[in-house]
Amino acid sequence: MTGEPVTGRRHVVVVGAGPAGLAAADAALAAGAQVTLIDTAERPGGQYHRMLPEAYGATDPGVLQHGYRSFDRRVRRVLGHPRCSWWAESSVWALERRDAPDTADVAHVPGSAGDGPPLVHVLSGTPRRRHVLEPDALVLAAGAHDRVLPFPGWDLPGVYTAGAAQALAKGERVAVGDRVAVAGTGPFLLPVATSLLEAGSRVLEVLEAGRPGALAGGWLRRPWELGSQLGKSGELLSYAAELGRHRVPYRLGRAVVEARGDGRVEEIVTARVRADWSVVPGSERVVAVDAVCVGHGFTPRLELPVAAGCALRPLSAESPAGSPSEVFVEVDGDQRTSRPGVYAAGEITGIAGAPASRAEGAVAGWIAAGGAPESRALATLRANRDRGRAFAARLAAAHPIGRNWPGWLRPDTVICRCEETTYAAVCRSAVDPTRTEPGVAKLATRAGLGPCQARICGPTVAELRRGGDTGAGPHHRPVAEPIRLGELARPPEPPPGSSEPSAHPDSPVEESTS
Amino acid sequence: MSPRLVPAGSDPAGRRDRPLTITVDGDPYTGVAGQTLAGVLLAAGRTSWRQAPSGAPRGVFCGIGVCFDCLVTVNDERDVRACRRRARDGDAVTTQSRATGERDGQRP
Ligand SMILES: Cc1cc2nc3c(=O)[nH]c(=O)nc-3n(C[C@H](O)[C@H](O)[C@H](O)COP(=O)(O)OP(=O)(O)OC[C@H]3O[C@@H](n4cnc5c(N)ncnc54)[C@H](O)[C@@H]3O)c2cc1C
Ligand code: FES
Repeated sequence: MTGEPVTGRRHVVVVGAGPAGLAAADAALAAGAQVTLIDTAERPGGQYHRMLPEAYGATDPGVLQHGYRSFDRRVRRVLGHPRCSWWAESSVWALERRDAPDTADVAHVPGSAGDGPPLVHVLSGTPRRRHVLEPDALVLAAGAHDRVLPFPGWDLPGVYTAGAAQALAKGERVAVGDRVAVAGTGPFLLPVATSLLEAGSRVLEVLEAGRPGALAGGWLRRPWELGSQLGKSGELLSYAAELGRHRVPYRLGRAVVEARGDGRVEEIVTARVRADWSVVPGSERVVAVDAVCVGHGFTPRLELPVAAGCALRPLSAESPAGSPSEVFVEVDGDQRTSRPGVYAAGEITGIAGAPASRAEGAVAGWIAAGGAPESRALATLRANRDRGRAFAARLAAAHPIGRNWPGWLRPDTVICRCEETTYAAVCRSAVDPTRTEPGVAKLATRAGLGPCQARICGPTVAELRRGGDTGAGPHHRPVAEPIRLGELARPPEPPPGSSEPSAHPDSPVEESTS
Repeated sequence: MSPRLVPAGSDPAGRRDRPLTITVDGDPYTGVAGQTLAGVLLAAGRTSWRQAPSGAPRGVFCGIGVCFDCLVTVNDERDVRACRRRARDGDAVTTQSRATGERDGQRP
């Protein structure tokens, strides 16, 4: 039941097979560990190296991706490694601390029973089976999802996150519309627009809410640092060139402030915004679209680190413009979290793009596997990682979220998409003294109580309530992935390949490929 | 006008599409093996299939399993995220509505 490797090697469990998790698995294998690599998706790659479904039988999948060759080499090396178990279509739904959570911070005795990483609860295969792993070290690399600030009409069908448009175009070859606007803030809007063009959409405009001043300050300050950005800025330049070739306007200081339509988006209202993202009156323009893709940066997936008890750090430490709800996992120079045996890598520690995620993953995997801290390869990885962190700080500085974006909202604008809690209701709960306690407010407004468990509205509600619910609050979700009562009731099964007898000896990979 | 699938013939990735059929509330939809249920519906021009408590339509928002806007029932299995579930030939999908008093996504 425990997944203890029979070999007596260190068993490293890596959650997430995106750029960070794959690199972690690769490095941990190189350092001699037994590795279990787990991802909800059918194929490795995460959000960046999104692969086409196997059933598409693509003869040339690499044309849709930057850096496909080295990615493909790494996937083959990791998945084909005799010491690696690859668990596709498997979700970590809970982490169970082996110490008592409430006493851990008071007196932590190294070497005590509570000294190891948490138990890892996994649902795997179709039908889903329950497994429990007891690793020697745990690397969390769960990545991030788009953050979208609400605006009137953002709940109409045809309004997509920028990442959804990207995932559908790159991962399924579905273009979300014919006349599409891409809006929000951050360099990610550029690859999204490029993918839409490639998939045959007409991209009417890309709207970057950030002002030229902030962008220039963030991107052009110490430009020589960008040159060393691991090819990242070169990639961005190629997107910009592609937009230019298609004559797609890239408008700075403009935002989508409303979407309208009957049952689906038919037009959007865009407006000029000031540095604080307040709307310049009279600058509104109506544009007919059949889809609009919006992203205001990313929210890290923190439910697993929070469940493991990892300390978080606010983004605002680096960027005064950061909102109090923007938090990430705190890690040291070796990607260690505050919890023994738990490491974190990739976008859960900061938004810096795929190359930085890879570098972090490699450091985390190597150290988690017990690799020599003085290894020369590690020095290079650390240097790459540090450049990635500098890049993340730059990103945050160049694309801050303007404080006055709630000026777009109307009293009846939906804030929580699941429960349809309105802006007016959230505001009322923020001033009502009987409801200012976050938990009480949640029950009163129902914001965050719907199926998504506040993944989408949590940071926004926290911000609208002016910091009343910061830190881990919006990310506290003991059940990271939905599990059904029936699945919970069945006893966990031994992991594939373990020495204990199993009623289902198939590996989760084989089970899931039908 | 609508979302759609890049035609296999002009796709630089070089696809070999194998068609499949699913039903949604009894109506047939043709898709391609490998597509998610959301992909099949979007490519068929359908942008919404679920109702929020007020009756407002919902379809795909996040596309990666985070927002739960796209929930459907598949062959009697409730609360399946359409953006994450690969379509299988013959899948019988039924739509969900929270407006009619149904509470989807309720988990232990
Ligand atoms: C939808 C989307 C599309 C993106 N597309 C691009 C792009 O085209 N270009 C670009 O430069 N950047 C893109 N990004 C930014 C991207 O997040 C980073 O560049 C990079 O992928 C981060 O790497 P990572 O390894 O930290 O996380 P990710 O790549 O996000 O990988 C995390 C992995 O963890 C898995 N996971 C999460 N939770 C669990 C769990 N509980 N159990 C099991 N597995 C779990 C996920 O399935 C995922 O595969 C995109 C982001 C999003 C959200
Ligand atoms: S579209 Fe968000 S979960 Fe499916």
